[in-house]
Amino acid sequence: MSAGSHKTYRIPIGPVHVGLKEPVTTWLDVDGERIVKATVRPGSIHRGIEWMARERNPIQVIYLAERICGICSFTHIVAFLRAVEDAAKIEVPIRAQYIRSLVLELERVHSHILWAGVACYTFGYDSAFNLGMLLREKVMDVLEALTGNRVNYGVGTVGGVRRDLTPRAAKAVREMIQFYRREFQTFLDVVTEDPIARARMRNVGVLSQEDAVKYCALGPTARGSGLRVDLRHSSPYEAYGDLGVTPLVPQDYTGEVFGDVYDRFFVRVMEVVQSLELLEKIVDGIPEGPIAWEPKLPKVLAALKAADGIGWGIIEGPRGDDTHVVKLTRGEENVTWWKVRAPTYANAVSWPLMFQNQEIADAPLIINSIDPCISCMERILVSDARAGRSEILTRANLVERCREKTRRLMGA
Amino acid sequence: MKLTRALEILPKSLWVFHCNSGSCNGCDIEIVATITPRYDIERFGMKLVGSPRHADVLLVTGPVTKYMTERLRRIYEQVPDPKVVIVVGNCGASGDVFYKSYSLDGPVDNIIPVDVYVHGCPPRPEAIIEGAAKAVLLLEKKREELLKAGASR
Ligand code: SF4
Repeated sequence: MSAGSHKTYRIPIGPVHVGLKEPVTTWLDVDGERIVKATVRPGSIHRGIEWMARERNPIQVIYLAERICGICSFTHIVAFLRAVEDAAKIEVPIRAQYIRSLVLELERVHSHILWAGVACYTFGYDSAFNLGMLLREKVMDVLEALTGNRVNYGVGTVGGVRRDLTPRAAKAVREMIQFYRREFQTFLDVVTEDPIARARMRNVGVLSQEDAVKYCALGPTARGSGLRVDLRHSSPYEAYGDLGVTPLVPQDYTGEVFGDVYDRFFVRVMEVVQSLELLEKIVDGIPEGPIAWEPKLPKVLAALKAADGIGWGIIEGPRGDDTHVVKLTRGEENVTWWKVRAPTYANAVSWPLMFQNQEIADAPLIINSIDPCISCMERILVSDARAGRSEILTRANLVERCREKTRRLMGA
Repeated sequence: MKLTRALEILPKSLWVFHCNSGSCNGCDIEIVATITPRYDIERFGMKLVGSPRHADVLLVTGPVTKYMTERLRRIYEQVPDPKVVIVVGNCGASGDVFYKSYSLDGPVDNIIPVDVYVHGCPPRPEAIIEGAAKAVLLLEKKREELLKAGASR
């Protein structure tokens, strides 16, 4: 290409590629090494989960909800259960609420360490990736001791949980906290103190505070841009009211916010440390009592069949707010409808922004930096039966809708 | 099988290409766990590669959504012979919780021939290693058949 001709080339990435384990198609328009424009086409692994739920009763849907995403599986169950419990007016015993928070925090620890490791892997720092993954096995062991499974634990049920926190499991959690207090600092140091890691992440994929608000970023992506948003703080659920969580933002530690990949990395890693504190508080403060509103499933199902109404469940997952809305109809066993809005849905909207004027080499890192969970997001297929059309919401539509919502919320 | 024979075959390193055809990620993170220090399948010379052209083994997770069907078929065709297909996870083997969905063409054996199934939702890393061990033997058998049929080395 002759110099100065400023022609852009379009590079397709995906759907199956090495940067990420999940399929998503991206087109990057590049001018030399610089990315001019990015187009993202999700939807390749749309499985129609919400539709399937309409043929199943709420107890069956729990296991479907879990498999929306294998990494934040418990987050999805708890959000779904809270929606069902909200619709059917079911009280969850305090001890069950504590156990739910416990598993949620364990899940956050494993998800954030996994992400931090994969981020290091993306820019070629394999030793840190392997170190992170080695450390992560500890929390997997604890999850297994507590729930019997490494991934997709299946411990939630309507009105409580299915497994109690035994003294042995509590001991395993305590041991894990001590282990991480000892060992996790090494991981933190090798990455945050490493000049190359810093150079690869600083000022890459910047999302300014203003844009984070405008584009409705959530969770660690928003906190990495300096926004103090955290549902565990602003609308506590389960046991979080007793725990006192404060949103973790980079400016409290480093004094300034860049909103780049480094800040998002920093927020996630520090949240692991924060989760350890929460876990300790949970294990210390867990009250005695029953772990389920009603242990007999037929009775629960009967209560759900008699229930009528719409319920909401919104919780802070490892990637941001996860919202589930459920409608139950009196006399019907199955879920009438169910809507899920996973955090990646909102965070992916800011991808094109982060991509602008970056180098292609940074593309996988930027894609990774919001901790995308493509399998969570794949529900954007909109069909309008009356008009006889079916369309996939493009980025432009989404952005427009997202902005519209902000305008609505701001009352403008 | 004789131990000597196993020792002869096992050092042949498998290169694996991983295709996610719509999985929930559960299996994918267990595959990642399999290659990391605790389970460390790389000590047998197995590793994930970035292109189907370099692979001996195609590892598929997920129930195969309509959009991915064509891609999966194309990836399968790009893997050079002899090749082995491993399906990891129940949803690739039978559809699992997704069995009635409108947007699935799967399970995987509707689309491409499958040699080894690893069950579990998700399977433990140990089970995935067992699947890989089965694949090594199958691959060797396929190679010998190809040689007998007159393929050059
Ligand atoms: S087998 Fe289960 S854990 Fe694995 S991808 Fe399918 S649904 Fe997820």
